[in-house]
Amino acid sequence: MSGDVVVLGVGMHPWGKWGRNFVEYGVHAARAALADAGVGWRDVQYVSGAATMRCGYPGYVAGATFAQALGWQGAEVNTSYAACASGSQALAAARAKILSGQCEVALVVGADTTPKGFLAPAKGYRPEDPDWVRFHIGITNPTYFALYARRRMDLYGATEQDFAAVKVKNAAHGAENPNARYRKRFTADEVFASAMVADPLRLLHVCATSDGGAAIVISSTEYARRRTKNPVRIAAISTVTPRFASGEVEMPDIATDSAAATQAHSFRTSIAAKAYEEAALGPEDVSVAEVYDLASPMELDWCEYLGLCKPGEAEQLLRSGATQISGRIPVNPSGGLACFGEAVPAQALAQVCELTWQLRGQGGARQVEGARVGITANQGLFGHGSSVILRR
Amino acid sequence: MSTANRAPAIEGWFTLDAERPHLLGLRCANCGTYFFPRQVSFCRNPDCSGTEFEDVELSRTGRIWSYTNACYEPPEPFVAPKPFEPFAIAAVELEREKMIVLGQVVAGIGVEALEVGMPMELVLETLYREGDTEKLIWKWKPVESSR
Repeated sequence: MSGDVVVLGVGMHPWGKWGRNFVEYGVHAARAALADAGVGWRDVQYVSGAATMRCGYPGYVAGATFAQALGWQGAEVNTSYAACASGSQALAAARAKILSGQCEVALVVGADTTPKGFLAPAKGYRPEDPDWVRFHIGITNPTYFALYARRRMDLYGATEQDFAAVKVKNAAHGAENPNARYRKRFTADEVFASAMVADPLRLLHVCATSDGGAAIVISSTEYARRRTKNPVRIAAISTVTPRFASGEVEMPDIATDSAAATQAHSFRTSIAAKAYEEAALGPEDVSVAEVYDLASPMELDWCEYLGLCKPGEAEQLLRSGATQISGRIPVNPSGGLACFGEAVPAQALAQVCELTWQLRGQGGARQVEGARVGITANQGLFGHGSSVILRR
Repeated sequence: MSTANRAPAIEGWFTLDAERPHLLGLRCANCGTYFFPRQVSFCRNPDCSGTEFEDVELSRTGRIWSYTNACYEPPEPFVAPKPFEPFAIAAVELEREKMIVLGQVVAGIGVEALEVGMPMELVLETLYREGDTEKLIWKWKPVESSR
């Protein structure tokens, strides 16, 4: 890339089930990020919002909604929607604006208020919508997560003990995080005692949906020079689409692409590959990772997609203790989705907030010793995914 | 299947052949890529500019890529028989099409009877009843000789 942009400030509204307007969480997070950056709201030249689909029109125009709530001051505005990758796309839009020289400092915000229970599609008879079809025949989100987990068991010898160990680890991490919704430590026995949802996934493996907000202030390196001596930089943002033929079973599809006339590709591997290429870094450079544990076993998949270990070796990595905060390559020091629950437009930004604190040495009881390079990974519906690399 | 009226739960996605049903797909006349469901007007292979498609019946047998079950009643638009009975779900890889297709597993077969690589065949079963009409859907069933 032609240059870095700097993360000047980060802020969050704690995750939970608060039941209030999403705008309130976004403004809370934005003010925290601005204070952290030492940047006045009137100095922000670009506001980039991650949209929410569940909060009516204000959610579809989230960038403007947050700008108005903070007080119109004439900044340019953008709103991005990319399912779970919305936050990363909003961040990428702001970064591009800065890298092209059109502005110096930008504010990125994502927040959501979520309903209870399963996320379900609009009603009616709509067979042209794959999301409608799969729910009609009884295929929910945990179905997909369970298919990946079961495949690990049959192919790589993963055990229910391993899946419980991911949950136990992340719960221990999240217990130290004041922004996490769930801060209770769990034992493997408690995981086994929770109800089976989609074999082999139990209730305590599957992430909830939450309310929450996250915000990030980014700037040009020139602008940052006047404010910080040792900045955290954004080295890469990957928001690649899949490559045909996408060979993995992906929510919400009923069938994969056909690879009869071409090669099958792994989407999740390509998300990280693009980020590494852009940052001119490799998995061996990574000191900490925040990955999308929509269900606990998916953290094992992500360790492999990010190249933190070889395919089929993530259980070994987990069992060795390497992915704990005290380990060689800590994964999800924030506690991950297991402790947060998913607040879709805020989640990718929350991952960047955590890595920023880690790289600054502000992780408190969750601090990863000597963290210098961090990577995020997430994935959502309809070919959306993202990976962000931060470095000192 | 009884004498009740039989109708597909989703129109145009599969044949109603009681013995040997098939999923209905398309095949690009130019590059040979298969599509299921049939919703293509331009070929999605990025190296193909094909716009003509042949109707094809997809292979009705394949091997399990992975499997799970639904222990809780899914939300609408799922129409659940009462009381809700958990059912297994399989992702089955079709060799010719090089494609994985999801579906419920036939009633009475639980996850303990399944494993990755197991041969499966396509059958029709009732998804739900509407009046005296049985709304049918495709399901995966272990091939008899493999059990």
